[in-house]
Amino acid sequence: MEHQDHAVASEITFHHEPSNDTKRIWSTFWVLLFITLIELGLGLLLYATDWQSSFNLAIKGVIVILSLAKAFYIVSIFMHLGDEIRNMIMTIAVPLMLFIWFIAAFLLDGNSYKNLRNNYDKHFKERTSVEVKSKTGH
Amino acid sequence: MSNNLTTHQTKWWNGGRSPFNMEYGKLMMWYFLMSDTFTFGAFLISYGTIRVSQNFWPDPNVVFNALPGAGHANLPLAFVSVMTFILIVSSVTMVLAVHAGHHGNKKAVVKWMFWTIIGGLAFLGCQAWEWHHLITGTHAVLAEGKLELIGQTMRENPWGKLVEGTEVVDALKATSHETVAAIVHEQHSNFTHEQLMGMSHEQLTGMLNVAELHIREKGPVAFGGYFYGITGFHGFHVFSGVIINIVMLIMAQKGVFQRRGHYLMIEKAGLYWHFVDLVWVFVFLCFYLI
Repeated sequence: MEHQDHAVASEITFHHEPSNDTKRIWSTFWVLLFITLIELGLGLLLYATDWQSSFNLAIKGVIVILSLAKAFYIVSIFMHLGDEIRNMIMTIAVPLMLFIWFIAAFLLDGNSYKNLRNNYDKHFKERTSVEVKSKTGH
Repeated sequence: MSNNLTTHQTKWWNGGRSPFNMEYGKLMMWYFLMSDTFTFGAFLISYGTIRVSQNFWPDPNVVFNALPGAGHANLPLAFVSVMTFILIVSSVTMVLAVHAGHHGNKKAVVKWMFWTIIGGLAFLGCQAWEWHHLITGTHAVLAEGKLELIGQTMRENPWGKLVEGTEVVDALKATSHETVAAIVHEQHSNFTHEQLMGMSHEQLTGMLNVAELHIREKGPVAFGGYFYGITGFHGFHVFSGVIINIVMLIMAQKGVFQRRGHYLMIEKAGLYWHFVDLVWVFVFLCFYLI
């Protein structure tokens, strides 16, 4: 097998040796598949629970965390970001911290809009709330 | 002491070398993907904002419950699991192509790129079927006192709240003959459409088992637009990824990368392809799971 050690690009100071087997790739595949199956199971469990209960919300939280774990595996191992030097990892990871504010601010604002409308627009509340009329026809 | 330490370390920020230890094109691919992350993030967060501002939102287990060839069987999340599985597998074949590229193994690169392209096309085919099913598969909804049959479009969808049985009985009287015949046909497929059209309105409504109709109101207006907008934008990424992969396959086959002495282009295409899989993780999460 011919080797690729001769300078690939002048920007690269340290060339890391490529691994010789594909064990890590396949074990990552099984991890991703396993997490996805758990997520599906939880998604079907949601079907059977009351969608307004806190148990339902807790399951959704678990599903979100599992998805973030999948994202970590894809980025770290499939995209090889985990093998890069710390400077490189940080230039990608740090800007993504903005999402913490982004998600929190917007979802809180959406929730506040819902509460305002429910308070001041009784027609909206009556028309869209599930407590008023639901779960018949089963 | 600090002097001693730094002589053993590389001074990444002193100039004369890339502080990221990465080839320029690959670094730029990373930054492009980061900007694309914010684009998708903005779409999904906007979807989430609208969703939490509503008292009612469609249940994904109700919306996505069809499988090709399974007729009207209720199989929540089955088809999207297949799509997710296809994308994960094509991610693995892509990373195997990158791995083969690291070892300069042209034959293996071509083989794994081929399977990655097949995976991408399979995913696109599944998405086309799903969209077609959602658009053309109509459901009866109660709107303005009568029933009508609608599919999921950008403007309306049949995924609203379930309606009381008594309301349905009243609405059936005001519903057009053709619509009632179509609804009866779903419960009595042994009658042809012509036979049902020949019956009177009372006969038709008498044949209906109202308790099993599951009539809904129209769902939140924004649902269809967000679904088609975001899954469409993702599908567009898959499509362009397949095109890029085909170009890479041809270049690898012609020996371009072998003459260059490295398969960095396969790595860059790989980054893009994994990103497509990564986005699907979150589209899958936001639309199908929670």
